[in-house]
Amino acid sequence: MARKVSEEKYQKTFSYKFRRWLDDTKDPFVGEVEMHRQTPFVESEETKERREQDERQLHTKVYDLENNFEMRIFRRFYRVFSVLFCIFLVAMLLVAVSDLPVFGHAENPVNNEVAERYIEEGLEETGAVNIVTGMILDYRAFDTLGESHVLFIATCTVLILLRRDGKKEQELDEDNDRIHEPKNDVILQTAARILVPPIFLFGIYIILAGHLGPGGGFSGGAVIGAGLILYLNAFGFARTERFFTARTYRRMSFCALACYSLAKSYSFYTGANHIESVIPLGTPGAILSSGLILVLNICVGVVVAGTMYTFYVMFRKGGY
Amino acid sequence: MAFVQNFPFMSIILSLFSGPLCSILDGKWARRVNTAVIVIIGIMSAFVLRFVISTGQPYVYRMGHFSAPWGNEIRVGVLEAFMAFFFCIIMLLCMMGGIREREAQIEESKQNLYYVMVNLLLCSLLALIYTNDLFTAYVFVEINTISACGLIMIRQTGRTFEAATRYMIMSLLGSGLLLLGICYLYAVTGHLLMSNIREQVRQLALSGQHHISLMVALGLMSVGLAIKSALYPFHAWLPDAYGYSTLSSSAILSSLVSKGYIFLLIKIFCRVIGFDVVTESKVVNVLFVFGIIGMIMGSWSAIKEKNLRRMIAFSSVAQIGYIYMGLGLATEAGIVASIYHVLSHAATKSLLFVAASGLSDASGGSDRYADITGAGFRNKLAGIAFLVGSLSMVGMPMFSGFISKLFFAQAAVGHAHKMLPTVIALAISTILNAVYFMKTVIRIYTPMGAYEAVKGDGTGKADGIGKRDGTGKADGIGKTDGTGKADGIGKRDGTGKTDRAEENGAGSERSASDCQEVGGTGRQVVIWEQPAKSAALICFILLNLILGLNSDPIMRLIQGGIEMFD
Repeated sequence: MARKVSEEKYQKTFSYKFRRWLDDTKDPFVGEVEMHRQTPFVESEETKERREQDERQLHTKVYDLENNFEMRIFRRFYRVFSVLFCIFLVAMLLVAVSDLPVFGHAENPVNNEVAERYIEEGLEETGAVNIVTGMILDYRAFDTLGESHVLFIATCTVLILLRRDGKKEQELDEDNDRIHEPKNDVILQTAARILVPPIFLFGIYIILAGHLGPGGGFSGGAVIGAGLILYLNAFGFARTERFFTARTYRRMSFCALACYSLAKSYSFYTGANHIESVIPLGTPGAILSSGLILVLNICVGVVVAGTMYTFYVMFRKGGY
Repeated sequence: MAFVQNFPFMSIILSLFSGPLCSILDGKWARRVNTAVIVIIGIMSAFVLRFVISTGQPYVYRMGHFSAPWGNEIRVGVLEAFMAFFFCIIMLLCMMGGIREREAQIEESKQNLYYVMVNLLLCSLLALIYTNDLFTAYVFVEINTISACGLIMIRQTGRTFEAATRYMIMSLLGSGLLLLGICYLYAVTGHLLMSNIREQVRQLALSGQHHISLMVALGLMSVGLAIKSALYPFHAWLPDAYGYSTLSSSAILSSLVSKGYIFLLIKIFCRVIGFDVVTESKVVNVLFVFGIIGMIMGSWSAIKEKNLRRMIAFSSVAQIGYIYMGLGLATEAGIVASIYHVLSHAATKSLLFVAASGLSDASGGSDRYADITGAGFRNKLAGIAFLVGSLSMVGMPMFSGFISKLFFAQAAVGHAHKMLPTVIALAISTILNAVYFMKTVIRIYTPMGAYEAVKGDGTGKADGIGKRDGTGKADGIGKTDGTGKADGIGKRDGTGKTDRAEENGAGSERSASDCQEVGGTGRQVVIWEQPAKSAALICFILLNLILGLNSDPIMRLIQGGIEMFD
């Protein structure tokens, strides 16, 4: 038994609004959420001229194309040679791969006593249920020590390249900050408010449980770094700088790396001099077990999270 | 286990730890920490060297509680300890020589980052020297690459950014090839530890299995490390990187960074693959050919160069060519000569860089060839040092370069097929070296008065100093007139000669105030004006003389070290 409703009343019903939203005739969020149509990028005359002039200067001053015979030859043959070279390289590597031992075969040279001991005695010797963590943080800890310093020095290099310290530049930065700072985007902020705490918790869990299951400092640190970046995007620099600045990062990574170095030098020293280590391995499977691995995982996690966040900030703003 | 045996591990950890430490200190303290660390590590390496010589046995040091194929280990022999000691000396002197330049050219707030880079670079060099594990080597190659890149671009000008980008691309390509090679090697041998790979490779070579993979791995690793150490066709990144970075960076890069890779390559040849397999594979012949081409082409580019520091940089290409030629001879004598040349080149090239900066200090800060006329009179110590360095590079007796050339020739004479090309290449390269180094020495000892008299005459007599100066002189006139830089460039363009980018770059880097202050003539620099640089120069000269006059014990040390490799 259908009921006739007046047009006015009908237009106020939810189903009518929903249908219009489906038909794309009306957007209910217009006016409530800040939205801008993106303007197509149009290069202004001035910048275009400057760009072209730069290119001309590059050609005449740097490459000196008219007089530079080598450069002309190079430009002519470069593509042909690069394609030929790539084909050659690919062919060579394919031939070499076909010569390698069959993948996954039990008789392969890689399935030797090294892998055997890792698998069979790894749990007992390192106390880590996760054999991979046991390998990278106990058997081959020296490599991982180097690897975490790779991250650190990469951050330092990015700091050299992108950090801007001049007073004039900083004033310019403050003027430009409106470009970098996000508008108060309700969707993003709401989502971030809900998502960031679980992301942090999850990251911390991955780090702390690195010796018990899949995970560890590198992956957990990356998750936390992603959480920090999300938080920054939602709430802007003013909020993040309350607890995370360049100085914080430097101190944090120094503490983490120093802790790592000291812990490892203790175990290297005792190991090499055949001194019994006093650090207990604990019962495998417990959260406080596997000796130093937990501590090292935390150190690595701190370094990785800081590195990710710093990279992002440097590329976006050039300082924090 | 004697306590001394812990020193290699301690020196690696100490330099590794001091990197992050410097990042939280300010520039001044970071410098002190850095100096202290280098000195301490140098002393420790000296003790290790004494210990290893006295026992006459190499020893392995277990990193952790698990022994070799399961855990990491480092291995210390005579050659390793000596290299670590020598690298520390060179690094200390390079850092001493460039203090003033660093403070002027690097932003105040980034000073400490420079020392972070240097500390980690030292750490990676030590690890490359001591490591007995290919993957550890790769990890520290990464640190080495990134820190070298930071050292190049910390002086923030357009050209260093370009140089650093180039260096990064080329060097990462090299790292990638090295990693691929290690992967192939791991797949066929199942080990990463050098001694175990050697065992497996020996068996594979006997049985003839996986021959192609083995050769591809060897080729990839050789090419990767050759790119990273700037062997001739891969040298495009080198001149800008050495020529425009700050002084200590160029000295360190040229004398240590590329040498670390060469040492790793020698290690791979002798300890990982085994030299008999390498010789059979003909990879050495490729290295030999490119080494010889590099010796000649590098010198040729250096002759054409008009910027002093870039000229020295191009000379590095030639010297790297020498080292690879020695490796390519594939005899023990050849390798010993190569290692000796690594030492002598490290001592000489950094000397030349520091001396060149002293000369340009006395010439209004200009690196341009035309501006350093008579600089040897204005800065006497730098002039003498440059003379010593040049003579050593050319191969005069008494200096280190002579000894290494002699060893190369001796190594070649015993060789069946490669004697003639080696000796001919040595001769040609020596002449070319002499051309550009003696040209520079004559130029820095040409009195300014005589030069200006010739210039006053204007036309014909200019030949006496060299025709190439036509452009430079036009610039000089522009400057003394006080018309300024732009005018000078305009005139040079007007002369219609090929004005390459390097000249423009040098011209724009020179600040206008400098030109006005010195009026294009330069000023006197006395020895005690920059005590650190003078001390570094004197030490470098002494080092050169020691290597040149007292080569016998060092030679025996290297030979003993090579024997310990097996």
